[in-house]
Amino acid sequence: MVKQTTASSPLLQVEDLGKTFGQKPPVQAVRGVNFSIAQGQTFGLVGESGSGKSTTGRLVLRLLEPSAGRVLFRGNDLGKLGKKELRQERRHMQMIFQDPYGSLNRWMSIRETLEEPLLVHGLLDPAGRKQRVETLLNEVGLPKAALDKYPHEFSGGQRQRIAIARALVTEPELIVADEPVSALDVSVQAQVLNLLLNLQESHKMTLLFISHDLRVVEFMCDQIAVMYLGQIMELGPRKAIYRTPQHPYTRALLDSIPGRGKKELPRLKGEIPSPSAIPPGCPFNTRCPLAFDRCFREQPALYELSPGHVSACHLAEAEGQPQGRPNNIAMSPGTGA
Amino acid sequence: MSLEQSDNLVVEQAQTLDSGEVELPAAVQPWTTWKRLRRNFTAVFSIGILVILTVCALAAPLLTNNAPLTIDPVHRLRAPGVEGHLFGTDYLGRDVFAIVLFGGRTTLVVGLLVTAISMVIAAVLGLLSGFYPKVDAVLMRVVDGFMSFPSIVLATAAAGYFGPSVATVILALTIVLIWPSLRIVRGSALVARELLMVEAGRSVGVPESRILWKYVFPIVRAPILVQTSFIFSAAVLGEAALSFIGLGVDSKTVSWGSALTEARNYIQNAWWIAVFPGIALVLTILALNLLGDALRDILDPRLARR
Repeated sequence: MVKQTTASSPLLQVEDLGKTFGQKPPVQAVRGVNFSIAQGQTFGLVGESGSGKSTTGRLVLRLLEPSAGRVLFRGNDLGKLGKKELRQERRHMQMIFQDPYGSLNRWMSIRETLEEPLLVHGLLDPAGRKQRVETLLNEVGLPKAALDKYPHEFSGGQRQRIAIARALVTEPELIVADEPVSALDVSVQAQVLNLLLNLQESHKMTLLFISHDLRVVEFMCDQIAVMYLGQIMELGPRKAIYRTPQHPYTRALLDSIPGRGKKELPRLKGEIPSPSAIPPGCPFNTRCPLAFDRCFREQPALYELSPGHVSACHLAEAEGQPQGRPNNIAMSPGTGA
Repeated sequence: MSLEQSDNLVVEQAQTLDSGEVELPAAVQPWTTWKRLRRNFTAVFSIGILVILTVCALAAPLLTNNAPLTIDPVHRLRAPGVEGHLFGTDYLGRDVFAIVLFGGRTTLVVGLLVTAISMVIAAVLGLLSGFYPKVDAVLMRVVDGFMSFPSIVLATAAAGYFGPSVATVILALTIVLIWPSLRIVRGSALVARELLMVEAGRSVGVPESRILWKYVFPIVRAPILVQTSFIFSAAVLGEAALSFIGLGVDSKTVSWGSALTEARNYIQNAWWIAVFPGIALVLTILALNLLGDALRDILDPRLARR
């Protein structure tokens, strides 16, 4: 049943993904999200808190059940897998969580924590597991002595290294990193990011990197999608997003980075609206400094500005080619940075 | 944020560790609870009382030459200290000291068995109930049903139905005492289910059964331990109560509760028949409740620094 992944077909394809929580009122956390990630690439999801980026990450791994759309991983529809098949598939897709204090089982030693994925997937014999765990611990830069200790004996940065090692131990093809450094001290952030980059290279992993920090995303990612209220506002290769951003939201976010040259737009006012009360028209119209009457009536479609660079803004209409209905992105293959 | 502060403390160490030079502190996890226990006066005090009471019950034949059921009408209602009867004799001339000692055995057996059985059942059902909403919906209605009876009425009904014996007492008290514990375990499991580490375990691909055992059970272990001492004291008290109203142990078994019943008619002339078993009972219950409070303090991470 497993289709062979060829160079041209992406490792992960997300189609019209949506998630609504609750009923009164329904919270639309993710709405019609489309993107795809090619093998070996790092795809960044950026946005403020409440933009639905973490929910998207969990939907991709089916830690949450999507309300709409589907996720194709290695050509398989994850939504069609049974409980057991999904559990087995998890071997190939792992997650690194934001909070390294909460994501490790505090009752299990580091050795147990790292061996567990191998154990539950029936990989390797005991000697092989031991070997693999020790190699990996070395790769993430922790001494062998750490194996018989417990999570509370480590700092945040060390715990995140352990969490990274756990995510890598089954040699997954896809890793979803949900704000992996935002709970860490700035001094430790760079270490952990560099570690992730090195490991990605040596293990040939594909990374879905979720962050609210634009500088971190610029450092890490090949492709970047900017999310706002559960939708993708702008998506493109790193260079396009950082050098020629089109969407006013992207530009405002970039302006908010201290010491980044001239400010293009007036500073954003107010906060992101509640996902249970999304404004009609363009979701950004409550804060957009460039909003005009059309923005309050009509939801903008995604316009392609250059190959692989799309923006959901009425102002992009003049510059770009329409890309079908709102937020329906069909990424052309091989447009990586 | 306190999170960052605590992290700052270890950053230096983290950086030296990254270069692989510094040894990490020794693993202390399994010992911290024990250490805190030893430093807690209430815990040490109550454990001390319980140990003394247990030793007295177990070593009863060594501590007295009198059998608790030997009737000696000639020496009935003797005051404490007279003619080798340390606690005096009752209206049939039985040695009260022996009754207290051997009665402790009944208390011990009933308490241990009721606690063990009800806690195991409560732990298993509580975990399942907290973890699977479908099980929860059914089970909680059953619990509501049982808990809507006053417990002593329920225990009386059960004991009355099966007739007086030690086994009856154990059964009746178990039926009554499962439910509050089950509720507590379920509540903790509900909280544990939502923890990030459980989601992380799932994302790794850990099967549900292993999540339950390796991720959720360790968290509900602390409330179970605390509950154990309270259930033990409730069982001891319940046994005495059932025996007192004549639905407890049969007449061939000595127990503190039945000793108190028999003392009722003579209490104005011979206070010692009631007072000594009463003291033993009060001491046991007091020690168990103090231990439960102490355990709750020790195992509560929020109170750990106090």
